[in-house]
This record gives sequence, C-alpha cells and structure tokens, in this order.
Amino acid sequence: MNWLGWLHDFLADPAHRSGPDSIVHRLLEHLAFSAEALGLSALVALPLGLLIGYSGRGLFLVTAVAGVARALPTLGLVTLAVLLAGVGDTAVLLPLTALAAPPMLVAAAEGVRGTDPDVRDAARGIGLTHPQTLLRVCVPAAAPTLLAGVRTASVQVIATATVAAYVGLGGLGRYVIDGLATRNYPTTVGGALLVVLLAVGVQLLFALLIRLAAPPGARSSPRTRARRTGGPSEDPATVPASPPALVKEVP
Amino acid sequence: MLDGEPLVRWHWLGDHLGYLADLTADHAVIALVPVLLALLLAVPLGLACARFPRLYQPLAAVFNVVYALPSLAVFVVLIPYTGLATRQTVMVPLTCYALAVLLPTAVDGLRAVPEPVRQAATAMGYGPWRRLAAVELPASVPYLIGGLRVAAVSSISLAAVGALVGRGGLGYLFVDGFQRTFPTPILAGIALVALLALATDLLLVAARRVLAPWERGVAR
Repeated sequence: MNWLGWLHDFLADPAHRSGPDSIVHRLLEHLAFSAEALGLSALVALPLGLLIGYSGRGLFLVTAVAGVARALPTLGLVTLAVLLAGVGDTAVLLPLTALAAPPMLVAAAEGVRGTDPDVRDAARGIGLTHPQTLLRVCVPAAAPTLLAGVRTASVQVIATATVAAYVGLGGLGRYVIDGLATRNYPTTVGGALLVVLLAVGVQLLFALLIRLAAPPGARSSPRTRARRTGGPSEDPATVPASPPALVKEVP
Repeated sequence: MLDGEPLVRWHWLGDHLGYLADLTADHAVIALVPVLLALLLAVPLGLACARFPRLYQPLAAVFNVVYALPSLAVFVVLIPYTGLATRQTVMVPLTCYALAVLLPTAVDGLRAVPEPVRQAATAMGYGPWRRLAAVELPASVPYLIGGLRVAAVSSISLAAVGALVGRGGLGYLFVDGFQRTFPTPILAGIALVALLALATDLLLVAARRVLAPWERGVAR
C-alpha cells in the first residue's frame, strides 16, 4: 500500500516524461479523442433535442433512447465495434459518439420544454417568430440544464475512452490497461489517478460554466441550483441541473 | 475483419446455455447487491439530510463528484485493498455510484410529504418513528423507486467493466470474444446485459404498483 512509492515510480519513469508514452502526450490524446466524440455527438443531439423540446413531439423517443443507452454495456459496444470495423480510432469513435448523445438529447429536450410557458407566450406576443423564441428565450433559459447534459456526456466519454484503451485506443487508459497486462501496478494506479483528476477537473469546469450560464434573473437562489431532481418522473442521472429558470430580461 | 466468421454462431449459444446462465447470475449479484446496500444506506442518510439541510449540501457535492469518477479507474485504485478479481473490487464502487443516485431521490421523497400531512399525523397521536414508518416512508416510495430504476440499470451496465480487473460477470464475454475475434459471445453479452436491465426495470415498476398503488393514475 505504498502510494507515494507507486506515484514516484510512475512519474520518474523516463518513458512517461517524453515520447509517445509520456503523460502530456497521453493526456492530449485523451482530451482530443474525447472532444472529437463529444463534438460530433453534440452536433446531432443538441439541435435535435432543442427541436423535440420546443415542439413537444417525440418526447417518448427521447426517454426511450436514454433508457436503452443506459442499459448498454460500454465495454461490449467498444469490443464489438473493433471486431466489426477493425482496430483503429475510427472504430472506437462510433460507440463513443453514440453513448455521448442520449444525455445531451435529454437535457436539451427537457431544458427547452421546461421553459415557463408564460415566458414563451410573452415572447410570441411581442412578435418573435418560433425560431427566435427558441434561440433567444428558450435556449438561454435552458442553458444550465443544457450544460449539465453536456457535462454528463463529457464524463461518460472520458470514462469510456479509458475503457477503450483495452481495444487499442491511446490516451490515459493505456497506462491502466498496459499496467494491468504487465502486472506493473505503479503504471496502472498512476494512470487511474490521472483519469480521476481529469474527470474531477472537467466536473469543476462545468460547475463554473453552469454558474456563469444561468440567466441573471435566476442566479439568486443557490438552493434551486443544488437540487438535482424534481420527482420520480425525472431522471436524476442525466438531468442533474436546476429546474428551468424564469427569465426576467426577455428581449 | 472477421474473415468469414459469421456474426452469430447459434450453436455456440446452444452449447453454452449453462455457462451463460452462470455468468448472468454472477452479474446480477455483482450489480444488484450494491444497489440494495445503497438503498439501505440512502434511507437513513436521506433522513438525516432532510432533518439537517446543512448536511445535505456538502454530501450532495461529494456524491456528485463520486458519480463522475470513471469506473475503471476506481476499480483499479481499490485493487490493493480488496484484491484483484474479487467481487468487492467491483461492488464497493458500484455501491457508491448507486448511493450517489439514491441519496438525492431519498431526500426529495422525504421532503415531498406536505407539512399539513405531517402535522395531521402528529395530531392523530403518531410519534416520530410511527409517523416515519406509516407516513413519510410510504410517501417517498415512488421517488425511491424512480431512483432505484436509474441506479439498477446503470449498475448492471457498469458492472461489465469489472471484467477488465478480472470480475465482471457477463463482461467476461466481451473480453473473451475480443481476444478470440469471436463476435458471438460479445453479442450474447450485450443482449443479456440489456435483458437483465430490462427485467430489473420491469420488476421495479411492478414493485411501485404494489407499494404505491395511489400512483397508478399519475405515474408514467
């Protein structure tokens, strides 16, 4: 149980200081790959979620997709993708992108749908078109919920990218998997701690962003922000944001 | 990539029915016992948090962070304490993940009892314990089961990652299939994990109907 010794071995290893197996390189690999999967996923999931939330059509679809996605084992999808499409980063990108979509889809739909109907009516009443109402009123009001969905998706992608080192993906998961395979515990635990630090760092970053994104009129009460769920019908794991805020300064 | 290997070799499934059943049973224990443990912890913790709101803020913050920790990293960090390829290495983190989901639902459920109802129970002569057992806990059942559904399904899919540290129930099928370039076990594993999750979810929905029959018209 010699944590300091393990960490020293991990950090002092020359291979971890420079070259393709260096900590900086692995960290950048992990970040670049996660960002790519997240970005691709957001491109599809966020607009679709906004439209579903605004129109109120297809909400059952969102719930169903989120439920199915939660039940699918990531390791199974990743190994299957590599067997079918061949070893390589592109094969792993597909399941990662697919797994990042449901939390963002749910958050976008729930966030927009939760905008105060009176505020929406007022926006329509002063002559805003539907796209204007969606983009200028609903999206800002839903911003904290939206960001919470992106946060859930990011954490999911970072974790799955770690697991995907098993099928040959680079990134911090390499240390964990290679260390386990060669019975080199310092490498394993060093990699695991880096992954934990990365996940916590991303969480903190999003906590800050969510605080900044809350509309000024809704920023006053920290109590509502801390609430994660509204009741049994809501999904605490994928929509941990505050209830949609009242927008006071509508254009 | 597969060089003529069919996607599913049906006879493999037929030949390994007993093996698949054993793995499924092991998976159910590894994934669901932590959820039950988390429920046993969430109710008293939730009670404490509902009574002392100051306790809830820091606890919620801690569990928010815990929930975001990648499972593989946590399994690996626990290995020196719980051993390689033991059930505990997988079950301890899964308990924490489930608790992170269940604690907020328990607190919300206990807070959802309207104050007049609470006062009515007191006026009828209920002491704090009897009020808890007869009014507050039953009222929070729909919330708890909502949380249990999320926690159980996530736990079932997360447990498979345990295969990378030697104990993952059905997750072993993914490792096995990948090492042999043999997709049949992988597909069987995905299907069985999803089926186990579906069965658990349906069981919980049925439990809500029995334990909270007043919700029948309201709930989804």
